[in-house]
Amino acid sequence: MDSPAPTTDIAQPVTDAGAPAEPIVEDLLVEDVSIDGMCGVY
Amino acid sequence: MGAPDGAPTPSPAHALARPSGTSFDPALPYRLHPKVALRPERFGALAYSYDTRRLSLLKDVDLVAVVRALANAPSAGDALAAVPVSKRPAVERALARLVETGFVQPR
Amino acid sequence: MSITDLARPTAAVAAAPTLAPTPASASLQQELLRGLDAPICLTWEWTYACNLQCVHCLSSSGRRDPRELDTAQLRAVVDQLADLQVFYVNVGGGEPMTRPDFFEVLEYSVDHGVGVKFSTNGGMIDAAKARRLADLDYVDIQISLDGADAMTNAPVRGLGSYDRARRAMGHLADAGFGAFKLSVVVTRHNVGQLDSFATLAADHGAELRVTRLRPSGRGQDSWSQLHPTAAQQRDLHGWLLARPDVLTGDSFFHLAAYGQALPGLNLCGAGRVVCLIDPVGDVYACPFALHEHFRAGNVLDDGGFARVWRSSDLFTELREPDNPGACTSCGHYDACQGGCMAAKFFTGLPLDGPDPECVLGHGEAALSGVDATALPIIDNDHSKRRRLPLSIR
Repeated sequence: MDSPAPTTDIAQPVTDAGAPAEPIVEDLLVEDVSIDGMCGVY
Repeated sequence: MGAPDGAPTPSPAHALARPSGTSFDPALPYRLHPKVALRPERFGALAYSYDTRRLSLLKDVDLVAVVRALANAPSAGDALAAVPVSKRPAVERALARLVETGFVQPR
Repeated sequence: MSITDLARPTAAVAAAPTLAPTPASASLQQELLRGLDAPICLTWEWTYACNLQCVHCLSSSGRRDPRELDTAQLRAVVDQLADLQVFYVNVGGGEPMTRPDFFEVLEYSVDHGVGVKFSTNGGMIDAAKARRLADLDYVDIQISLDGADAMTNAPVRGLGSYDRARRAMGHLADAGFGAFKLSVVVTRHNVGQLDSFATLAADHGAELRVTRLRPSGRGQDSWSQLHPTAAQQRDLHGWLLARPDVLTGDSFFHLAAYGQALPGLNLCGAGRVVCLIDPVGDVYACPFALHEHFRAGNVLDDGGFARVWRSSDLFTELREPDNPGACTSCGHYDACQGGCMAAKFFTGLPLDGPDPECVLGHGEAALSGVDATALPIIDNDHSKRRRLPLSIR
């Protein structure tokens, strides 16, 4: 994305869903945790 | 990690990690990867690999017990024998995933 | 081979299909929000001294604090963290490399099983230091840059800082350090350069990381002019969705209210998964919340860090379920959880209400009711140049 044309619209959500779509995965007893230090790496 | 010829490949451990390519066979012996720390938690354990920087949540105490027992068990199947029968398939699937993500390795 | 031989990440295995990161499941989120027995990692600021004076500095750094922990005290904290099995620390400041004992404490930490990822402006990384860093096990480096060119970077980080960062990147490459991270705070003026940042990172074999500007520290003064517009924020979300290889540290979890969550935990981990230890040993919920309201204790107190993490009133409270308050009627609260408490706090918004950058615009509406002359400010300002009192601006 380079230099998008600015607008003054307030952003509308992509869907009307109340929660983000859950990835369809088997309910495993182990889950990879995508953590990149959280905000703690500024 | 050695002088690169061109740009070194970024470690994608966090974002786009690649599976180890090893499939799980309960007849074989396994162990926790030596660079992995297993830290008990209320729900089971956290597993952190100091090698790949990956982090995994083990959501079940029986699973954690099996993982700890692997190193001394003649085969993974032996370690699994301590798990209630109804739970065994789920624990086995979780073990397979841990092998795929490099937390557990054949020994 | 022991766990305390902490390795540099191994090179990617070629040819196998990738395992793309996904957003955390609801059950994982629930477990983490209740708090862990120890942090997974934490931010540890080693000094308030800094060789730069970035306009948006979250810790208002510049001058060393006379009460800063000495070498022995830093090592004692490492021991405490090792006992708790904190996996790694995110070291920052100020500029951590200004400490004369920087390498000593770094090596002590990795030797005791606590990995170190540190954040630096690169100004002090010369060829020799780059080689020394390359020789260490488990040290990850993050170089801060807020412009893809010097002209964009300078107003935020100062004249010459772009060149110094680029030079540091070159030294690391020459020393064979391997992959490092390039870290960018997204502003109104650099959000159009995301592709350029990605290219710059790729050219150096580095990973790109982008994080959210927060109205914290000196950032409070310029936040209203620097934070991305609503439209830019929407574009950023789309760009990040298309680039799962770009790291964010869950910095933009409030964007989950758009309907599609980014990879990551998508929650505020402050006091639950992570926290901050500042240069004088104070423990805060997070680096963006250096205010008494978010201070949990001090590592020098009885019981040390473990007691603060496990039993402090603040962290106990943060581990209770959140109160949606004004967000109760919004159908998106489950996704965004009301956003970032630091962003709300320092813009004068109530903590049980919308984030100032709420994607539905609820935050913007709430800001209009705020008395901008009565905002809370950072506990201790270590800036080299004094900030003007808010009422004068």
